[in-house]
Amino acid sequence: MKLHEYQAKQVFAEAGIPTPGSALATSVDEVVEVAEDLGYPVAVKAQVHVGGRGKAGGIKLVEDADEAREAAESILGMDLKGYTVEKVLVEEAVDFTNELYVGVTMDRGEGKPVVMVSERGGVDIEQVAEEDPEAIVREHVDPAFGLHAYQARKAVYDADIPQSVARDVASVVSTLYDLFEERDGSDVEINPLMVTSDDDVVAADAVMNIDEDALFRQPELAEMEEEAAEDDLEAKANEYGFDYVRLDGNVGIIGNGAGLVMTTLDLVDYYGGEPANFLDIGGGAKAERVTNALDMVFSDENVDSVVFNIFGGITRGDEVAKGINAALEQFDEIPKPVVVRLAGTNAAEGREILNDDLVTVEETLEGAVQRAVEFANEEADQ
Amino acid sequence: MSILVDDDTRVVVQGITGGEGKFHAEQMIEYGTNVVAGAVPGKGGQEVAGVPVYDTVDQAVEAEDADASVVFVPPAFAADAIFEGLDTDLDLVVAITEGIPTQDMAKVYKRLTEVDTRLIGPNCPGIITPGEAKLGILPGNIFESGNVGLVSRSGTLTYQVVDSLTSRGIGQTTAIGIGGDPIIGTDFIDALELFENDPDTHAVVMCGEIGGEDEEEAAEYIAQNMDTPVAGFIAGRTAPPGKRMGHAGAIVSGSGTGTAESKINALNDAGVPVGDTPEEVADSIEDLL
Repeated sequence: MKLHEYQAKQVFAEAGIPTPGSALATSVDEVVEVAEDLGYPVAVKAQVHVGGRGKAGGIKLVEDADEAREAAESILGMDLKGYTVEKVLVEEAVDFTNELYVGVTMDRGEGKPVVMVSERGGVDIEQVAEEDPEAIVREHVDPAFGLHAYQARKAVYDADIPQSVARDVASVVSTLYDLFEERDGSDVEINPLMVTSDDDVVAADAVMNIDEDALFRQPELAEMEEEAAEDDLEAKANEYGFDYVRLDGNVGIIGNGAGLVMTTLDLVDYYGGEPANFLDIGGGAKAERVTNALDMVFSDENVDSVVFNIFGGITRGDEVAKGINAALEQFDEIPKPVVVRLAGTNAAEGREILNDDLVTVEETLEGAVQRAVEFANEEADQ
Repeated sequence: MSILVDDDTRVVVQGITGGEGKFHAEQMIEYGTNVVAGAVPGKGGQEVAGVPVYDTVDQAVEAEDADASVVFVPPAFAADAIFEGLDTDLDLVVAITEGIPTQDMAKVYKRLTEVDTRLIGPNCPGIITPGEAKLGILPGNIFESGNVGLVSRSGTLTYQVVDSLTSRGIGQTTAIGIGGDPIIGTDFIDALELFENDPDTHAVVMCGEIGGEDEEEAAEYIAQNMDTPVAGFIAGRTAPPGKRMGHAGAIVSGSGTGTAESKINALNDAGVPVGDTPEEVADSIEDLL
């Protein structure tokens, strides 16, 4: 789960990390009002979960009220890589002499958190990571002990951070690690951490991604999640408790088990179709979950056909079939053709139960996917 | 022959009084698994699924000589349950639970370096030696005893491939679901090494998916250390970067590591055929045997 910049900065500021003065705005007038309060120059920054906002025109530096109005008009409502900008953060511009990078993430290969510090912060940190990985100092942390103070210092000195700000940067690194641990972060990052002409450090941007599996013990952050949801369908998926990812294609996909659903997507692509989504219905397939899953997929206006692929282990094919019948009988007219493939426990019984007037039944995964792709192509041609 | 579990394995089910724990304990017993006890704090003295329940794993080991556990404990308490299994010096802990916070697992991972216990999972379907024992939630009826080993990050994808194998008359020595989380106990290399050293395993199926670099490392291991032939499958070719595809570990990073393409190339370079469809994996195994 990703926090917006303004949410992450709020969490950072509460923990004592210096952040520029700022306020959130949702209208042009509000932007100007906030900018006047803060004093120029200010930055107007789109709050969407998209990398490279600056390069895409989502961040503008303004010097006066006219420029603020102009920037607000262009950014609010703009489409940034598929997301509509509804909120902007208006923030004091920082007069900086240097841009640093600090971050904490989980190194899954090592099974340990890793703290990262670089003297070469700024927009191109990913390029630095690729071209000159040594320029980012990495310090692995024993999760049983947490980050020792010396490790924060070591990372800072090894990264050639100037002596004049080294202590402050080490302190930010320690705080960032504490936040990572206490708030169940998966990635927390400040890029850039700006150094001012007075040798102060300020977090000019903030990334805070939270481990979704830990939200049960982070109620405050879980509340922020609702605010951060951007796609209506993804919000709906959260509500239904599905693992759901929206894609660009027109073949809707419902299945059980992440690996098998991913495989179904891959097969749609392999047989010349385009997957519209990933939807894992999970274990069991009670009528209500089946109904909700179909509702999700039918709500996606791009969808031209649906493939429903269940491998029954403990889930029984006859129960799934009853669920599918019950779900589809609620429609006067089935919105889009549905292809069902049942395998595993009681699959033959399930296929008997399925109503051929409502769905197309296929015996193999490959067959079901091919049929759904054909249907989608026919629908798309109409 | 088989690896890790057989009909001598004495199993304690952690969380046996919960809905899932009870149901699957019964299923395991029905399959023939030697389930000897359950362990649930505060429930000692009860009997569930026909076996005695103890308050602690330690008591279950003392009284019933258990040497392996299966964990069906809810995510918030699962890491604690795994620690209990590790600290009781069991030979094997199989953690089925999905949704354990990653930082909890980082602490477990550290502990694993200090004990002799092997962990399978979490977020996995478990392990089965057909005809002898299953520890977990795999549907026993699709498996058949035979000479193919199977290791996979995904449950239902495993079933799909096993179903293809079994329907062609190709049975399995042991199948292990290693789990879909970013931090897991037994990894591909551990499982491949066990299969390589098992004289009855004549070929291995390895089902990977996007995220991390375990498949790439496994490919290197196969090239350097394995005589037993391996056939592979990688799920997630169409996954967009930065999106978690169901499994917590199944994510292509924004910077482009963990892609299916990288894994398929690494396996192909190691001489491992990678199927475009699950059926093609079964075709490869037929050729390799």
